[in-house]
Amino acid sequence: MKPRRNQAAWGWEFIAPALLLIGLFVVVPCVWGIGLSFTQYDAIAPARFIGVGNYSRLREDPLVWSTLMNTAIYVLLTLPTSLALALLIATALHQKWFVGRSFARGIYFLPNVTSLAAVAFVWEWLLNPEYGLANAGLRGLGIPGLGWLSDPELAMPSVAAVGVWHGLGFGVLIYLAGLRSIPEEVHEAAKIDGAGFWQGFRSVTWPLLTPTTMFLTIMGVIGGFQVFQSVYIMTGGGPLDRTRVYLYYLWQSAFQNLEMGYASAMAVLLFVIVMVLTLVQRRFYDRRLQAWQ
Amino acid sequence: MAVARRPEAPSDLAGRVVRGAVWTVVMVGGLAMVVPFLWMVLTSLRTDAEAFAWPPRLVTWPMRWENYPEAWQIAPFGRFFLNSVIVSVSVTVGSLLLNSLAAFGFAKYDFRGRNVLFMALLATLMIPYQVTMIPSFLLLKQLAWLDSYPGLVVPGLAGAFGIFFLRQYMITIPDDYLDAARIDGATEYRIFWRVVMPLAKPAVATLAVFTFLGAWNDFLGPLIVVKSDEMRTLPLAISALSAGHYVMSWPLLMAGASFVVIPVLLVYLVAQRYFVEGIALGGLKG
Repeated sequence: MKPRRNQAAWGWEFIAPALLLIGLFVVVPCVWGIGLSFTQYDAIAPARFIGVGNYSRLREDPLVWSTLMNTAIYVLLTLPTSLALALLIATALHQKWFVGRSFARGIYFLPNVTSLAAVAFVWEWLLNPEYGLANAGLRGLGIPGLGWLSDPELAMPSVAAVGVWHGLGFGVLIYLAGLRSIPEEVHEAAKIDGAGFWQGFRSVTWPLLTPTTMFLTIMGVIGGFQVFQSVYIMTGGGPLDRTRVYLYYLWQSAFQNLEMGYASAMAVLLFVIVMVLTLVQRRFYDRRLQAWQ
Repeated sequence: MAVARRPEAPSDLAGRVVRGAVWTVVMVGGLAMVVPFLWMVLTSLRTDAEAFAWPPRLVTWPMRWENYPEAWQIAPFGRFFLNSVIVSVSVTVGSLLLNSLAAFGFAKYDFRGRNVLFMALLATLMIPYQVTMIPSFLLLKQLAWLDSYPGLVVPGLAGAFGIFFLRQYMITIPDDYLDAARIDGATEYRIFWRVVMPLAKPAVATLAVFTFLGAWNDFLGPLIVVKSDEMRTLPLAISALSAGHYVMSWPLLMAGASFVVIPVLLVYLVAQRYFVEGIALGGLKG
């Protein structure tokens, strides 16, 4: 049975409000942003077209490279750690004998629901060189306290550790869902073939988890390249610019230096980098999936 | 973990030891997830002298509950709280309404260009916020919506993910239900509200939880829109606290952080089911 008015009219009526908003706040800004990247604009005087000027400047700006490098370091510190820990914990929680599974799962996901800004601030206190809990623990063991956020060598690992702590539960939940999707018969078959736990894990579980791992690495790279809040709260990019990440520099360019055109070019570059990295990862995982089939 | 190979032999001593060790490690790791929150609360109940004491004590007595009303006074936390509630509730209710209407339109009506349009909508999911951030700011400036509730709410209403998520769910609702309601003389809006929405409740609830959480914890969006102290949301209050705008006392600062963190933790404890199932279901980004 057809609705009283024709289908198309109703369909359009229902989708129109949402589409209008997405057009106004996503599509238009996206096109606008690409346009802005070819201009010099301080949000006061009219924008001036400068061709690819911003892009040539990007190539020469040492801060672009150093902040990209810092971002890459952040991703390399957080992603493998998160994946390994999440997989370990999820595998343990997945075992039939694990008592209190849903409690543990709930606890691991706890930080994920809280504001990263707020917990980064709490971590700033925990890592306080004089009065923080971390150094109190170290001193209790007879080790001198560390400058977790003030030592140039330690600051980025500390920021990364907070990132891992905050995001770990997400990986655990996704890996648990992945483990649950592997049929019991597959494990049984491996066991009948005489595979022990480790062998079964390596030749059955890990390959079958490839789509899950792919999803988590892609999300981890996208998220890692957008790290901002924890840096903003805990270090402000210091010490010695060691934690100044790309998005932080972008934000400074746009809203502190009022170089909206240049910052737009930075945003386009970020988009391209993340896009390319996503495609490369997809291809890598597709190959592996094919190789196993 | 090496034990899982012989679950049929639970009396195996070595197996038990390994299981016990694995269990303990995972549970101690779980404790590490909670320690920062515990320390935040414990610190917030101290005097300055106790917070700076060496060696630090786990629990100090008597607890200084006055820190909470004091912190509430030092910064306009009442206002921050109100802002966060107004913004998060408006974004959640508004975007759920808009997105479920659109999802209904895409799932249950046939019109030319529907599939192309839906694909285009999915493509917008790939546009990162950073690309649209600067023009969005300029647009809000043009509309004179900077530093205002519309500026904090309206951009948050736009997004294709909710439409996609709800449409996938609504498509599974049989058309017969809709037709039955039409025979009974229901209008299309009534069908949406009385037939489709109740059936889509699990998906709507999951989306509501994540939308609310995203809005409540959003940082970069408000950071760009808000200029004045009165318009700060709670995460921005944290940035002001950490910049030392109000007070330099760690117990008071941790009391302030508790105002931001504890309501969300309470919601999480009550609605945990929706969080955990929602993520497992859709691979949602938390």
